[in-house]
Amino acid sequence: MADEEKFDAIIVGAGPSGIASALTLAKAGLSVVVLERGEYPGAKNLFGGILFTTILAKLIPNFTEEAPLERHIVTRRFSLLSKEGELAVNLRNEQFNRPPFNHSFTVIRSRFDRWFAEKAEEAGAEVYPGVVVDDLIFENGKVVGIKARGEREGTYDELYGNCVIIAEGANSLLAERAGLRKEKSKMSPENRVTAVKEVIKLLREVIEDRFHIKDNEGIAYEYFGEAVSGMIGSGFIYTNKDTISVGVGCLISDLMEKRMTLYDLLDAFKAHPAVAPLLRGGEVIEYSTHMIPEESYDELPELVGDGVLLVGDAAGLINPSFFHEVTNLAMASGVFAGEAVIEAKEKGDFSKETLSSYRKKLEDSFVLKDIKKYRRFIRFLKDNPEFLSDQLPFVVDLAASFFTVSETPKEEVVRDVIKRFRKKMGTFSLLKRLWQAKRAML
Amino acid sequence: MSEEKWKEAITPPKKLSLEDRLYLVKRKLDKISHIEVDQEAFKRAKDPAILYICPAKVYERNEETGECIVNFENCLECGTCQVACPDIVRWKNPMGGFGVSYRYS
Repeated sequence: MADEEKFDAIIVGAGPSGIASALTLAKAGLSVVVLERGEYPGAKNLFGGILFTTILAKLIPNFTEEAPLERHIVTRRFSLLSKEGELAVNLRNEQFNRPPFNHSFTVIRSRFDRWFAEKAEEAGAEVYPGVVVDDLIFENGKVVGIKARGEREGTYDELYGNCVIIAEGANSLLAERAGLRKEKSKMSPENRVTAVKEVIKLLREVIEDRFHIKDNEGIAYEYFGEAVSGMIGSGFIYTNKDTISVGVGCLISDLMEKRMTLYDLLDAFKAHPAVAPLLRGGEVIEYSTHMIPEESYDELPELVGDGVLLVGDAAGLINPSFFHEVTNLAMASGVFAGEAVIEAKEKGDFSKETLSSYRKKLEDSFVLKDIKKYRRFIRFLKDNPEFLSDQLPFVVDLAASFFTVSETPKEEVVRDVIKRFRKKMGTFSLLKRLWQAKRAML
Repeated sequence: MSEEKWKEAITPPKKLSLEDRLYLVKRKLDKISHIEVDQEAFKRAKDPAILYICPAKVYERNEETGECIVNFENCLECGTCQVACPDIVRWKNPMGGFGVSYRYS
């Protein structure tokens, strides 16, 4: 990196959002550099995970031929666990087995992100791994560059640009430094989930047999309720080619309240009678952990400042519902930020006012429309802790009662089940709660 | 599938300790810790969350001195500690290219 060089955009972080920005900018002929603290792009990046690809398909139309994809998701399963039981909805559809494969693929991030970064390089972006950015350079309140940590302690390499795009992920120290995360949008135990995951090696034919799939088909199983001890969070299993990803994630404030440790929670999840049989014969080959933003629309940080933009997880752009689609939101935000910077370059003005077209693009798209729509989701779960910890697991066991074989006449069985259900929920509060749940979730 | 492979495929997995899990992660270790702990704030806190919230058991209490031991080499860089205990922990990114490098995740 030449000292005197000034880029149109400096991007911090080579994940889906940062690289989507880099690609957008490089394709338009702007000078762009991506700084990544990992040994290679993807070294520090993590998700459950499904890569959602409507945006990727626009950026790289033939990605299904080139990208290191694992499997496309043909089955999604949502499962409620009680201590001993499971009640699940299994959604499989042959239409997900044809292009565009419902835009859902499992990938290994250390491979996919590296490939994606190479695509940005091919388009003309400079990508430097092994560089950690500690601070921003301000001039008259405007962000004009970054300070990368130097080899010797206490030294910095400075790099100047017309703007900085912060794509550092959920643990974004720079977003706070930029003054864009203040008060309720500051990172806190109430707006961050931490997840742990294991990658488990299994024979390919065992994976396919066990999860009822063939060829490149894959599954996404999600577990709620007792899967995470009734806390706000979930357990998951995703199939890769010859590994499966298994993990749990929970709101940090819930973990603190219950004084729970995530690896213990993972052990309990793996040992659940509905989960354990799926993991037999597996050998754990990697353990990993990551934070995830869980911000509602009303807690989002400021997304733009003078000469600076936040994208992806650093901007808290996740859909807090069971749709997730986070990687798609991340890439969309990266593209919109890139477009806003291209417009700013044309005007020769990188002020907050000009860059704010980024926010507008997000508001007009599925990104903020969806985040806005589900703004009550987390609030609902926080206000009704017994919903996940008690009432839903109760329904799982009630279903078992309903189907328990006995000589009691069915009329009595049904009456008893309805009575127990009513008693648990309370009729009035049940209706109220269902109404709230509908407003929050559908 | 051979009978042997089949038997292997239905064997319950070994239970792993956290140490086993951490051993699986590829890292390049720096000599200098990227984590600072305010020992006074740590001692003042009755039951600091970092002792159980960290998914890599970076933080332990030295029962004799009451001070916090920081096993920074265990760190998986999630950042949970400073979110849970901002008054105790000052966490920064490890030096570029150092720390964890996930390979299969």
